[in-house]
Amino acid sequence: MRLQYPDTIRVVRVPCTGKVDIIHILRSFEKGADGVYVVGCMEGDCRFNNGNIRAKKRVAQAKKILDTIGIGGERVQMFNLSSAEGPKFAQYAVEMTDKIKELGANPIKKAFKKKAA
Amino acid sequence: MIVAQKKPMEEIIEEVKGYNKILIAGCNECVTVCEAGGKKEVQVLASALRMYFMNQGKEIKIDEVTLERQCDHEYLEEIRNIIDQYDAVLSLACGVGVQFMAEKYFTTPILPGVNTCFLGATEERGFWTERCQACGQCILARTGGICPVSRCAKRLLNGPCGGSTKGKCEIDSNVDCAWQLIIDRLKALGRLEQDYEKLTPIKDWSTDRAGGPRKVVREDVRI
Amino acid sequence: MSETKTPSKLEKILSSGQLAVTSECGPPRGSDPEVIRKKAQMIKDHVDAINITDNQTSVTRLCSLAACIHLKLMGLEPVLQMVVRDRNRIALQSDILGAASFDIHNILCLSGDHQKFGDNPQGQNVFDIDSMQLIQTVRLMRDEGKFLGGDDIARPPKMFVGAAANPFADPFEIRVPRLAKKVAAGAEFIQTQCIYNVDRFKEWLKGVVDRGLHEKVYILAGVTPFKSAGMAKYMKNRVPGMDVPDELVKRMSGVPKEKQPEEGLSICVETIEQLKEVEGVSGFHIMAIEWEEKVPEIVERSGLYPRPSVGE
Repeated sequence: MRLQYPDTIRVVRVPCTGKVDIIHILRSFEKGADGVYVVGCMEGDCRFNNGNIRAKKRVAQAKKILDTIGIGGERVQMFNLSSAEGPKFAQYAVEMTDKIKELGANPIKKAFKKKAA
Repeated sequence: MIVAQKKPMEEIIEEVKGYNKILIAGCNECVTVCEAGGKKEVQVLASALRMYFMNQGKEIKIDEVTLERQCDHEYLEEIRNIIDQYDAVLSLACGVGVQFMAEKYFTTPILPGVNTCFLGATEERGFWTERCQACGQCILARTGGICPVSRCAKRLLNGPCGGSTKGKCEIDSNVDCAWQLIIDRLKALGRLEQDYEKLTPIKDWSTDRAGGPRKVVREDVRI
Repeated sequence: MSETKTPSKLEKILSSGQLAVTSECGPPRGSDPEVIRKKAQMIKDHVDAINITDNQTSVTRLCSLAACIHLKLMGLEPVLQMVVRDRNRIALQSDILGAASFDIHNILCLSGDHQKFGDNPQGQNVFDIDSMQLIQTVRLMRDEGKFLGGDDIARPPKMFVGAAANPFADPFEIRVPRLAKKVAAGAEFIQTQCIYNVDRFKEWLKGVVDRGLHEKVYILAGVTPFKSAGMAKYMKNRVPGMDVPDELVKRMSGVPKEKQPEEGLSICVETIEQLKEVEGVSGFHIMAIEWEEKVPEIVERSGLYPRPSVGE
């Protein structure tokens, strides 16, 4: 569709969001990502039955961990849409980017800077 | 298997925050099956702790290893060459593994990362329930294969008590009354009459925890 | 069933073929014995023996043994209720001897409610032996004069041994075999859970009589008067092992609030009247929780007063 969405987003493609595990989310933040969002099919439409439900639960668990360690659970989010909904994808991309901009940079980036200094 | 549960992150942070070089050691057996301390859990915990301490501005080295078991000498020996690099080990094995490692590596603090809960089975993914209390004198032949010591809240040997309601225990309507289960099974086995009314005699608890720390010896395999 | 094995007054009355009446007192959550004495005073002429509950519902109270001793010192006949939740076999045998040293001649062997219901849900429980095994233990101590460990007892206890039965608990089909088990273990009298569903009780009793168990054990039917419609509903919905028929709740609710206690007492008396002549019933156990002052009225209205006197 060639719709515009922010270029600050790095897309990682997976065959199903069920392939996304908690460690992938955490490692992203560990390496300095400011936000992670998981985009899966509509609930009930997963061709692997409930991969997107597994993802939903893992995102919820990751939120808890991120809150406890002071990174902030709001930085990870799950969205559901169907593959035909290109505009929605762009819309979610913008939504997420705006939210992360508001939250500011990943707090551990300050620690990186300190280490480098 | 032994069923354990991850300790709350806050508790672990409190335990390890005084150290600078930590090895998180998982176990490939029971705690992997109950998703509390296997390789995946080690990875997640390590990543989370690294981020926590980075956020606090604290320099800390957190490494990961997952051993086959922590209740056997040969697997614990595998870290002998590296353990001195660390000032503490956070073991995600059950209480047995933590202790066995502590005995072996006497001068390194070994900290528990899970709470060991019970001997149980996987009823379905994400749901484990208790089945055995390791009393040392198994009576399952007489109770239709259902253990009143571990599954009856009062460990009655001549149950049920008067609190059994609609097949559930008085302590929780989600907990099955063990004696209802036993009666149903004895009925299905056609053994209700002969096994139910027989009075079970007083139990010898000396082979249970009450008798003190226990051991099992097989002389025929010791050299 | 006519010769007695112990000096128990309760046993004597039951073996004489007369209907016995027992009631219960809950000890205080403190150390003032006056509370027990007052409650006992209210009912003493209307009952043959008084049960003292043992940390009922796992709520810590003055112990049953001490309260029984206070009753004994008043010249009354106590029934020591003993649960196996809090004491191991050493303490149980020891307390039995303690009771026997004061010539307490009646004991009721119970499991005990789980500690999570009480004021110490985080405590350990014991359950070293269960209630059936406790029955066996008392009989062993009495009839063979031996401790569980095998040694001889100097001045063995002479106790009349009882147990509880709940015809309304699940599963219904084993409630009669369960009674048979208790009788085989050595129970000599039974006090049942309070009865509201008389038909279901009669059904259970029929099973008991069919097996001839009523000739081996004395059964005292338990009754508890409703103080209010609220109490009836509570017992129906919130108390495990209780069967309260809808008509009784309706009956209680259908009466204005001030008249409800009276209605509750009437239902209680009617229950007793219905069961007096039924084969297998040897007496009544009136549990008027926190309403002990009504026990005399219940006993009198049921035609069970005066109580027989027996030679000591």
